[in-house]
Amino acid sequence: MGKKIPFFYNNLFKIYGTFLGLQQVFMKSNPPRTYIISQKLDAFFSDVYAIMNFIGRFFRELGPPYEWREIIRQCYMVGWKSLPLISVTSFVVGIVFTKQSRPSLSEFGATSWLPSLVAIAIFRALAPLVTALIAAGKVGSNIGAELGSMRVTEQIDAMEVSATNPFKFLVVSRVLATSCMLPVLMFYMAFISMLGAYLNILVNEDTSFSAFFIKALDKITFLDLFSSLIKTIVFGFSIGIIGCYQGYHATQGTQGVGRAANFAVVTSMFVVFIEEIIAVQITNWFR
Amino acid sequence: MHKKIRHTDIQDQHADIMIRDLHKSFGANSVLKGVNLDVFRGENVVVLGRSGTGKSVLIKIIAGLLKPDSGTVIVLDKNVPELDDKELLQLRLKIGFSFQSSALYDSMTVKENLEFPLLRNSRNLTKAAINTHVEEALDAVGLQQTIHQYPSELSGGQRKRIGIARTLIMRPLIMLYDEPTAGLDPVTSVEINNLINEVQERYNTSSIIITHDLTCAKATGDRVAILLDGSFIRTGRFEEVFATRDERITSFYEYNFID
Repeated sequence: MGKKIPFFYNNLFKIYGTFLGLQQVFMKSNPPRTYIISQKLDAFFSDVYAIMNFIGRFFRELGPPYEWREIIRQCYMVGWKSLPLISVTSFVVGIVFTKQSRPSLSEFGATSWLPSLVAIAIFRALAPLVTALIAAGKVGSNIGAELGSMRVTEQIDAMEVSATNPFKFLVVSRVLATSCMLPVLMFYMAFISMLGAYLNILVNEDTSFSAFFIKALDKITFLDLFSSLIKTIVFGFSIGIIGCYQGYHATQGTQGVGRAANFAVVTSMFVVFIEEIIAVQITNWFR
Repeated sequence: MHKKIRHTDIQDQHADIMIRDLHKSFGANSVLKGVNLDVFRGENVVVLGRSGTGKSVLIKIIAGLLKPDSGTVIVLDKNVPELDDKELLQLRLKIGFSFQSSALYDSMTVKENLEFPLLRNSRNLTKAAINTHVEEALDAVGLQQTIHQYPSELSGGQRKRIGIARTLIMRPLIMLYDEPTAGLDPVTSVEINNLINEVQERYNTSSIIITHDLTCAKATGDRVAILLDGSFIRTGRFEEVFATRDERITSFYEYNFID
């Protein structure tokens, strides 16, 4: 039964999309256009249908030959170029979270639990979510703007007419890069946040580095790490595919490029939050 | 520049591009309304028309970038609208498209721009062979010195030339030029016109040149076709087409200030 739900929705969107297509054919001879439900809702379902097609095309184009050079270049852009921002943010998150948690724990005389509390919060929620939000802002907007600019300056058309596959070169490489690099950035962020937390604890208590980490990681389970890993792969995929979709379908000149970048960020962040809620529910079933 | 091929020489030849009753509209706006055109092997056909008359749409349909509403577009004996993705890819290997904006890849050097189609379509080529192809293409447009530069470091005319070089590297049988002299100074425009003729002579390409520049039309066209209100109102040699009192055609002449 569980497998039938996405299949059902998939077909519902297909039927609705086909219906919209047919409507456009009929409307050619009978303007002005009328809408099946309402203009905004029609546009929403059309977008959902188009995104599903885009995702379907990604999986169809995923096979060899691979654009290795472009994939590595994108991994460098997504991973290495995000390191300074991730480093600063994660260090601050570690310090601030530890500092804010201390008073509450000390009320119960439970400050010794601070390393475990911080580790659980960081590994289960903060690191994946903050990494994804930073990536949505930095990487998502970059992809949306870059592909949007390529679309409006006819560079994507130029790739098509030179008998190459722009989707494989531009979209597949970027989505693979975000899907692969986000988990790496997430673990890096978790590590730097823990360093920030240790620094805060060190200021208040005399704790050794190894003692802090042993205590902190004591409460971290395989499920925590595994769920965070899967979650960030999904976040990375969503950020990549949304950025690419917005950029790849940009229209109306420079204004369209700005809109593509903006929509890429806003939609990615929204989708990341929705996915986080779903991921928490699913993970809790296994605890 | 002396033109080797003339309209009268090529009438009995095979048409590389054959368009019949082509229609295309965007929403309620009908752009092409029954376009017919033949382009013969080794011929330069200039399509003249005012902005927004669907000139660029026409060559985008020929290249398979846009789907027509109806009509046939036979390119090298293949009906473009009926081709699947794989067949279209094969056909595009034989078509060169020079974009109005040049459409060079900003993130790549000139060399990488030129290598791009080769690396993906001729995977058995050695690095030395690719370098030779790149040098030959740059030689054809006279810009060998720009090989390691980025598009942002080039002038408008240089970008156009590199755009043409990128299409030449695949040895196309058909060349489609979208406003090749738009936004260029008169001297550079003449250089581009000469380059279009050189390409035709050197590679025996059949070309469609989209422009509203009469100097370009006169210098490069074996035939000229005037697109107005969605269809060709007059086709023939430059002198024949403009030997008329039809105001729709003479107005082109008056505002282009050519002899």
